[in-house]
Order: sequence, then structure tokens, then C-alpha cells
Amino acid sequence: MTDLYLGVALFLLLTIAIGLVRVLRGPTATDRMLAAQLFGTTAVAILLLLGQASGNSAIWDVALIFALLTAVAAVTFVRRKDVDTATETKT
Amino acid sequence: MLLSDLLTALLLFCSLPFFLAGTLGLLRFPDLYCRLHALTKADNLGLGLVVLALMIQADSWQVVIRLLLTWLLILVAGATVAHLIARKAQQDGHQPWRH
Amino acid sequence: MATLTMELTLIFDLILLFTLISMAWLLLASTDLFRAVVLFIAFGLLLSLAWVRLGAADVALAEAAIGAGITGALLLVGLGRLGSAERCRFTRVPLTFLQRLSAPLLIGIMIPSITLILVLELRLLADVAPGQQGLVNALLDISGSGHGVTAVLMNFRAWDTLLEKGVLLLALITIWSLDQARPLVHEDEISPQLTGLARLLLPIVIIVAGFVLWQGAHAPGGAFQAGALLSAGILLATLVGYTLPARRQRLSLRLLLTAGFWVFLLIAATTLLTSGYPLSYPQPLAGGLILLIELVATASIATILAAVVVGGHPPDNLSVPEDDSSASPKKRRK
Repeated sequence: MTDLYLGVALFLLLTIAIGLVRVLRGPTATDRMLAAQLFGTTAVAILLLLGQASGNSAIWDVALIFALLTAVAAVTFVRRKDVDTATETKT
Repeated sequence: MLLSDLLTALLLFCSLPFFLAGTLGLLRFPDLYCRLHALTKADNLGLGLVVLALMIQADSWQVVIRLLLTWLLILVAGATVAHLIARKAQQDGHQPWRH
Repeated sequence: MATLTMELTLIFDLILLFTLISMAWLLLASTDLFRAVVLFIAFGLLLSLAWVRLGAADVALAEAAIGAGITGALLLVGLGRLGSAERCRFTRVPLTFLQRLSAPLLIGIMIPSITLILVLELRLLADVAPGQQGLVNALLDISGSGHGVTAVLMNFRAWDTLLEKGVLLLALITIWSLDQARPLVHEDEISPQLTGLARLLLPIVIIVAGFVLWQGAHAPGGAFQAGALLSAGILLATLVGYTLPARRQRLSLRLLLTAGFWVFLLIAATTLLTSGYPLSYPQPLAGGLILLIELVATASIATILAAVVVGGHPPDNLSVPEDDSSASPKKRRK
């Protein structure tokens, strides 16, 4: 079973790596923040699996904190003073 | 193989396409608002399947409750945050993509 | 099946490592500040994963709360204050051929050579470096805490932790001396969903922070992690429109900010006077003292970190109104 958890966690890590493309390309700031939200949710899944694989329940605490903080980061993004104008970003 | 192990494996395999769909949607959808859909629906459902799979493997009911509450928290926070992000984007003047 | 597990963990770690380094490079080289900030938040998340993989759950908790949470919020707020999104984008300066060559050359030489040296050195180490684990485990019973990391932080190396609290205070004093606190957020009306979410999240944050603090006695957790999480909660409240009543923004606020340091210092001074060594807790009191320090430190750390994000001292010309109506949080409704 441990191998199964690790395999799924590996797959999820790959989806995070792929999701980086959206952070890089944008084009708007909101798009980038969306990707950060994705990372948060996927990272929670990875942590739950890693915690189960290693039997360490402290890892599940980290997952809970991820969940809370992703929400706070998103609220900070929504309430910041900047106005997000959609323009192209050159890499 | 125990039945519970089999069920866990099945649920985990079922969650994979959801996570993949979430990421692919984030990359391929034409517009900010569409990407929000992919993000909140697909990913949270994938996480729900993972949580379900782990609940089957749990030793005690405390573990089950803990997993369930974590997932519910993410669900509620994710849905609300999606609304907030969309609202801010609309206020900033993003036009939805039209075909 | 042991080798399959080892292979999977190896691939996992390699991908994690590669993603981390790429992210670090991309965020430093980014011409768009906002992209850099979001990459930084994601970097904090993945770094926390890396700490979990290294078996350091305490650090992972702290990294998640601070790297992804507080610092992310700090940078976002800072970006918002810089002005429009256009001002956060740079254009690349045209480089000469030699300048363009130097970076890849430097990196192309440095990274392989450093990697080679590290790999050669690592092969000389024992399979699992014991570190101080044995010593800590042997002394755990008399330390006053059931968890190795907490015992080290709050007892064996309590002096370092005391100084850390002082450093945090110094950082805050520096920030406060620079500028007055400005409004953090839009003056717009707040969506009811947002206030609802805040009302849901705040009690959860407080409970989880208390849980993390309590857990520190026998599992990964502790004052710093709990304080960082709590500061995220305070930040959330600030974002939704709660402000401290004017009456509390002078002495009470400053007492709360410095209490952690004072209590720690007081205990250090007392133990110095009674036994000749600072921070040598008397054996039966060790657990209680550690708990006391951690409790006060959590509150202080939470307030300090939140104040760091707010980024300025309270206004000097605060007028305290006659009636007590300002004690209720201010909310905007249109």
C-alpha cells in the first residue's frame, strides 16, 4: 500500500510541476493566483498520502495548516489595493 | 488482498483523472473564469476521493473525523475563495471569453 | 517490495528538488514582480513538502505558516502598495554577448562541481548520521517536554530561543520606526461571503493554533508554529475590516507585543539569580515554565507577525472617543 500512496503522491507532484506553466504564462495576476490555489489543494492531497505512507500523523497537521493558509493567501490577494489589469507579460 | 485495500486502491486510481483534469483545465481553458471552474470542482473532488480512500484505511473513528473535517474545510474555503476571486476579477474589468 | 518504495521516494525527491530549484531561478529572474511573488508562495509550499520529506515536521509546520502564509501576505500587501500593476513589471536591459555568456558559464561550471563534491563527501558519511538524537533522547525526561524538538528549543537551547524573540521585536521596532500604518486594503464594500468565510475560519484558526501549541509537548508543534498560524488569523480579521479599537492601540498593544520576550527574560533572570545559570529550570517546574513561556510567546509572536504585515506604527494622533462604541469591530456595509 505504501507504494500506492507514494505513486499517487508522485503523480500529484507532477501535476503541480505542470501547473507551474500557468504561473509563468499568466497573463493576468489572477491567473497566477489560481495556480497557487491549485498547488495548495494538491499539496494537501500529497501530504495526506505521505502522512499515511509514513504513519506520521504530524504530517496531517501540516496538511490542515496548508488548507487554512491557502485560504488566507487568497483572501489577501482579493483584498489588496492593486487593481489587476489584464496585459501580456513578456517572459 | 483485503477488500479495504482493494477499495482504497480503486478510489485512489479514480482520483487521479480528477487532479489531472484540474491541472489540464487550468492550462487549457481560454479564460480566467473557466479556469476557476476546473480548479475548484475537479481538484476538490479529487481530494475528496483521496480522503475517502484514506478513511477506509483508518484505525479509529477519530482519524475518519479528522480527514473528513480537513476535506470539508478545503471545500468550503475553496468554494468561497473561487467566488471572491471571480468577483474581484469582474470588478477589475475582466471580460469573460466569448466564442 | 522495499526497493520499489525506495525508487518511488527517490523519484519523488528528485522531482521535488528539480521543481524547487527551477522555481527559485524563475522567481529571481522574473521581470514581473507579481509572478515572482506567486512563485514565492508556491515555493514556500513545496519547500514545506521538502521538509516533510526530510522528516522535520516541526520545520514543515513553521515553513507552511510563515513562508507560504505570512510572507506571502506581506509581499502581496507590499506589491499593492507599490501602485499599479504596470509599475511591477520590468523590461530586460539588453546585454552584451559576454554578459549573456557569463551566467550560464558560471552556473554550468559551479553546479556540476559542487554537486560532484557533495556526492563524494556524502559517500564518506555513515548511512544515517546520528546527530544529537541520542543525547536528546537520554535527557528528555528531565527536560520538561516530551518532544525532542521542543525540549531543545525551550530548554537545552533556550538562550537561542530567547534571543530569537528579541530579534523579532527588533525587526518590528525597525519597521515601526519607518512609517505609520497605512490602510491595508481597499475601502470597497466587502462581499458577505467574505465576512462569512472569515467568521468560519477565525475560530478554526484559533482552535488549530491552540492544538498545535499543545501538541508541541509531545509531537511536532510549538509556540512558533502556533503563533505564526494565529498571526494568519489576525491578518484575516484585519483584511475583513476588523481594527483594533483606538483605546487598545497604545499600551495594551505594546504590552501584548513584548510580553513574550519579557516573560522569557524574567524567567532567565530569576533562574540566574537563584541558581547561577540563566534558564536552568528547576526540575519539577520545568514543564510548567516551558508551557508558560510558550503560551505568552505564542500570543506575542502572533501579534508581532501580524504587525509586521500591517507595516507601520499605530497613528500618533489617535483620539479615544468618550463612549465605548469603538470597542466593536468596524465593518463596512453599503
